[in-house]
Amino acid sequence: MTNILIALVVLLVIVTLVQLTRVSELLGELKDQDVNKVTDNDNKTQGVLFLVIGMGFVVFVIWQMIEWNHLLLPGAASLHGEKIDVLMKFTMTMILVVFFILTPMLFYFAYKYRGSKNNTAYFLSHNNKLEFIWTIIPTIVLTGVIIFGLKTWDETMNVDTSSAKVIEVYSEQFKWTARSSGDDNKLGSSNFKLVTPQNALGVDMEDQHALDDKLLREVHLVVGQPVLLKFRSRDVIHSAFLPHFRVQMNCVPGLLTQFAFTPTKTTKQMKEEEGEDFEYVLLCNKICGAAHYNMQMSFIVETQEEYDAWIASQKTLSEKLLTQK
Amino acid sequence: MSDHHKETFITKYIFSMDHKMIAKQFLITGMLMAVLGMLMSAVFRVQLANPGESSILYHLLPGTWVNEMGALNPDKYLALVTMHGTILVFWVLTAGLSGTFANFLIPLQIGARDMASGFLNMLSYWFFFIATVVLISSIYVQGGPASGGWTIYPPLSALPQAIPGSGTGMTLWLVSITLFVVGSLLGGLNYIVTILNLRTKGMSMKRLPLTVWALLVTAILGVLSFPVLLSCGLLLIFDRSFGTSFYLSDIIVGGEMLHNMGGSPVLFEHLFWFLGHPEVYIILLPALGIISEVISVNARKPIFGYKAMVVSILVIGFLSFIVWGHHMFMTGMNPFLGSVFTFTTLLIAIPSAVKVFNYLATLWRANIRFTPAMLFAIAGVSAFITGGLTGLILGDSALDINVHDTYFVVGHFHIVMGLSAIYGMLAGVYHWFPKMYGKMMNKNLGYLHFWTTFICAYGVFFPMHFLGLAGLPRRYYTNTAFPMFDGLSDINDIITFFALAGAVAQTIFLFNFFYSIFKGTKASKNPWKSNSLEWTTPIERIHGNWPGELPTVHRWAYDYSKPGAEEDYILQTEPLKEREIEH
Repeated sequence: MTNILIALVVLLVIVTLVQLTRVSELLGELKDQDVNKVTDNDNKTQGVLFLVIGMGFVVFVIWQMIEWNHLLLPGAASLHGEKIDVLMKFTMTMILVVFFILTPMLFYFAYKYRGSKNNTAYFLSHNNKLEFIWTIIPTIVLTGVIIFGLKTWDETMNVDTSSAKVIEVYSEQFKWTARSSGDDNKLGSSNFKLVTPQNALGVDMEDQHALDDKLLREVHLVVGQPVLLKFRSRDVIHSAFLPHFRVQMNCVPGLLTQFAFTPTKTTKQMKEEEGEDFEYVLLCNKICGAAHYNMQMSFIVETQEEYDAWIASQKTLSEKLLTQK
Repeated sequence: MSDHHKETFITKYIFSMDHKMIAKQFLITGMLMAVLGMLMSAVFRVQLANPGESSILYHLLPGTWVNEMGALNPDKYLALVTMHGTILVFWVLTAGLSGTFANFLIPLQIGARDMASGFLNMLSYWFFFIATVVLISSIYVQGGPASGGWTIYPPLSALPQAIPGSGTGMTLWLVSITLFVVGSLLGGLNYIVTILNLRTKGMSMKRLPLTVWALLVTAILGVLSFPVLLSCGLLLIFDRSFGTSFYLSDIIVGGEMLHNMGGSPVLFEHLFWFLGHPEVYIILLPALGIISEVISVNARKPIFGYKAMVVSILVIGFLSFIVWGHHMFMTGMNPFLGSVFTFTTLLIAIPSAVKVFNYLATLWRANIRFTPAMLFAIAGVSAFITGGLTGLILGDSALDINVHDTYFVVGHFHIVMGLSAIYGMLAGVYHWFPKMYGKMMNKNLGYLHFWTTFICAYGVFFPMHFLGLAGLPRRYYTNTAFPMFDGLSDINDIITFFALAGAVAQTIFLFNFFYSIFKGTKASKNPWKSNSLEWTTPIERIHGNWPGELPTVHRWAYDYSKPGAEEDYILQTEPLKEREIEH
């Protein structure tokens, strides 16, 4: 009902506008004036509006930064993530400085140089020196940004994974399944042709490395211990997104992808800092179908002892197959 | 050429070969599609603010979008975002923007009677028109329209088992885009040939208005990149309908093991973004061209650094072909390749910065006349600054890890590409309306439209950056499934409020547009006191543009407020005075 009322009000407003427009144009015709000619008065009003509303926009931006700061992701909980955060702070500071100079300048110019009949614009077609300066300055700044960015990217992507715990993350519409590589830290090979209702990941049980693998409904990690996530997908492209760790990688059918990182904070620690509700979570971040918005899995970071106790309670694939027989 | 055959109603208004009429056809089709695309966004914004609730708005749209409870279906939500993206990117900001202004301005501003081939030009519109019909019809088919995102990544877009929209809806989407590409290639080739060959006497490349430069580079980008989209789509059609495996491998869907082996969706992504990134500039460059022209005319000042502006357009055009990988940092492609694309992507900031500084320098010590077009042009520069800056974060592969595919991206591209381009387009409509229809648009309604749009647009898109920095992925039906996003509902409410208000504000423009066509006050020949050639044509539309001889050009288009001149503008047809230096 309210919707209909709102629609009616909108309609009335439009009809009013129609009539007002007609009246103003007819009046103008009577007085032999061109109502659509921009007058000095218009220039003044619009110039002032640019100053007021333009600055209002700048204030709105500052308000959002203060008001919504607590909603943003907490600091990274991984080694490489801390470096990304530093780069982010650097880049963000730089673009905010540029934004807070250029935007007010643009609106101020609009106000300051609003036209009038008595003014003439200053004829200036180019100035090579000035143009050289404002080409070279962004070039120098960007060189810094690029070098800093590439260094961070390199440190994130090219890490030594020889000692990392290997865990497979398998995606399908609309859930995640994980597979721990077991005591030998080697995943048994897999093939999509081996997938059956009992063997959801298509693990090759002939492979010796597969016997100690463990299927997981949630992933547990040891704090300070590097981990190598390997991704596969059963159906469409998904994207494994762990925002708290600054980790993201697509899961592509027919392609193996991976991402290595080291968690630095236990879930318990994060709960103390961020509140009792805190949980590390894996989301899907590539459109994958109707329930894309609800494809999640928990990650838990804990101490070595806690981890050992938990992993011991999980059955290996060979144990599972034995019980099935 | 001026002694044209007699025009009937059909050859004048429907199968017209006059570039000016074709431009209007593109504009009106584009506007109608913009209304549809905007309505769709209003619908999904209502869902995001009131997840799972019913709304009368869901029934305003053509097609079926709700379940028995009256709530929006999750897969229909995805269909809406897909169609919204497709319509806005291709129909409004490519065909609606380039199609309108390339057709309208190129012959008028270079001093030509018409396009090089009026017939191809007409075909270009009609291919576009059929593409439009096919796209709209896809709303009504079983399973609904395409739902895999406007980027239609396979396997999602290839498998009807994965999402209902990938059935007939997707087939029609592909057919429609194929027709669209054919139309835009016919148009693009025509624009290039016309600009290179049909310039009037004295109109050297160095005297071309920046609009024409921008439209030229845009057309070249389109001609080089759209065929790649065509082949990309063809291979997808083969995979969908003829059992090939270009993009598919190792897939089990709906309990069925597919036979496809050896293909890769990453190949699709490479082909798609080889068009997809130049496409961003196909959208942006014409808008920047229009903004340059409108700012210079209304600042009553030459555009600052004309040569630098041309070089920036060329450099941006070139770079746009070697940056596509920045859409794919997270696909698992070689990190070294990621480094290369980070490098080339961030380079684009340099010509972009030059453009912004030149706009500011043009406004400096100007004598600004605030026509509605000028307001939109200035807002376009503001959006280009605001949205361009966040590109430095997204283009940096290391930073992209955590903002990739989040609302941060949505905020970024809606501001830099959506707002800048829409503002440029609206500036163009307000500015050239008198030339198109011989009438003036109402000034005060223009002001009202501008300020409501300006406020609402930033109210919609700026807060999205914060959603993204909070980790919220895009294309989520609702964010209530994750407790970590519970705090974001206030932001969502604010965005939806501004989105609905902004949508309503556009009715002011629509009304003003159609009202002025029929009832607007009569325009004079050169209402903005502008220099360029289109304002030397008679008010009433004639096929052939100039009644007598074609005009001869003696100077560039930006001699505003030149010392020594009687008025603050000098038409391009005015010969240089004795000892007067050009510029």
